[in-house]
Amino acid sequence: MADDSDPRPAAPPATGTPVGRRVFLGLLGVGAAGVLLGAHVQDWLEREVGPLISKDGTGLASLLPIGRFRIYTVTGSLPSRSRADYTLKVDGLVDQPFEVSYHELVAMEPTNLTRDFQCVTGWRVPDVEWKGVRLAALLDRAGVQDAATALKFHSFDGAYSESLTLAQARRDDVIVAYEFEGSPLSDEHGGPARLYVAPMYGYKSCKWLDRIELTKDVEEGYWEVRGYDVDGWVGRSNGRDDDAT
Amino acid sequence: MTIAEERAARSAARRARPPAEPPLLRFDRVERAVHWINATLFGVLMLTGAALYAGPISALVGNRELVRALHVYSGILLPVPLLLGVIGAHGKRLRTDLGRLNRWSRDDARWFRKRQRAGVVLGKFNPGQKLNAAFIAGAGVVMLATGSIMKWFQAFPLDWRTGATFAHDWFALGIWIAVIGHILFAVRDGDALDGMLGGTVPAAWARRNAPLWYEELRP
Repeated sequence: MADDSDPRPAAPPATGTPVGRRVFLGLLGVGAAGVLLGAHVQDWLEREVGPLISKDGTGLASLLPIGRFRIYTVTGSLPSRSRADYTLKVDGLVDQPFEVSYHELVAMEPTNLTRDFQCVTGWRVPDVEWKGVRLAALLDRAGVQDAATALKFHSFDGAYSESLTLAQARRDDVIVAYEFEGSPLSDEHGGPARLYVAPMYGYKSCKWLDRIELTKDVEEGYWEVRGYDVDGWVGRSNGRDDDAT
Repeated sequence: MTIAEERAARSAARRARPPAEPPLLRFDRVERAVHWINATLFGVLMLTGAALYAGPISALVGNRELVRALHVYSGILLPVPLLLGVIGAHGKRLRTDLGRLNRWSRDDARWFRKRQRAGVVLGKFNPGQKLNAAFIAGAGVVMLATGSIMKWFQAFPLDWRTGATFAHDWFALGIWIAVIGHILFAVRDGDALDGMLGGTVPAAWARRNAPLWYEELRP
């Protein structure tokens, strides 16, 4: 059928304006500008357009890349642990170290929080619903020793860690969260349970939390060693001026 | 009627009609192979991308690790078929066609304005196809570059990761629109689609849709 050895020479169409090349190079320019300036444009979009999108009734606008979670992991793979296998340990400078299963955790007195989630890389998701247990309740159960001034949070991804001072940890809006938007917390969002520090940037809210260690001093977390502020208040750290969450 | 008479009558009827023009080769095997391998990779990238991006699809598909690996490796493979197709003696037609896609005549620019479309004479590709090719090529490179920054983010400034994600998301939206448009136009014109499936198009199709190319090929 198709004769690939067609003897007729293909005429060289080297006339005309090279619009194709211009479009191609133009797109590379747009892409490069997107990489270099995208963080700023993203900030602006989250601030100006994000609130409009959350009011859109059709749900179509929610497909736009504005006001949505990005899933970051610091390890090569997505950490995953079943709720049946999950335990959370509280130890370090405490009187009674203990471990709770997922079911024991959800049986504790729950706290609900609905707050904006702000990432230090610029994106913000409005009105996220969380349910979990106040970190203070876990601390009271363990009995914090006088020598302890800070907490170190360990992730079962094997690499991530975070920190809070004892005073920060005792705030009402700091919880160990196991529900997200009305559903059990998925692997992507740090399930079965994660830390959620409402007034701070997302990196403080350690995902895949499996151990809380009371320490003598603040031990810098994964990103803090890499330059992020230890006290990651939204709008008052990391050189950013976002609205408080 | 005897068999001999019947035969004679049939051959007389054949002589009376002008001989049908043979179909024209529009895309050779290399071009078709590059197109369909690219189409497959794009399909995988778009579907796995959607599964990584949209929460409800993520929840439906699960296996985020596998989906991400498929997405990353398909992305890394994306430039390979075109690069292999364009080199060497076998890539001659593909190279010529890339040249055709690049060059725009005065008529091409007029074609986009409906009112000026009468009297426009096109070559092998119409300007919509040219624009689509240039967009997919540029967007493909941007996706590859921004995807690499997202994958190997530790090597880049923090803001670049946000910026690369930002560009990757918006270009993905553009690619979805372009690819859906491309498929809709293709299935609406069966002869054009046959050109990419079997390689040839009817001469009458070429005369109507690509008159300059048709002239080029006339013996």
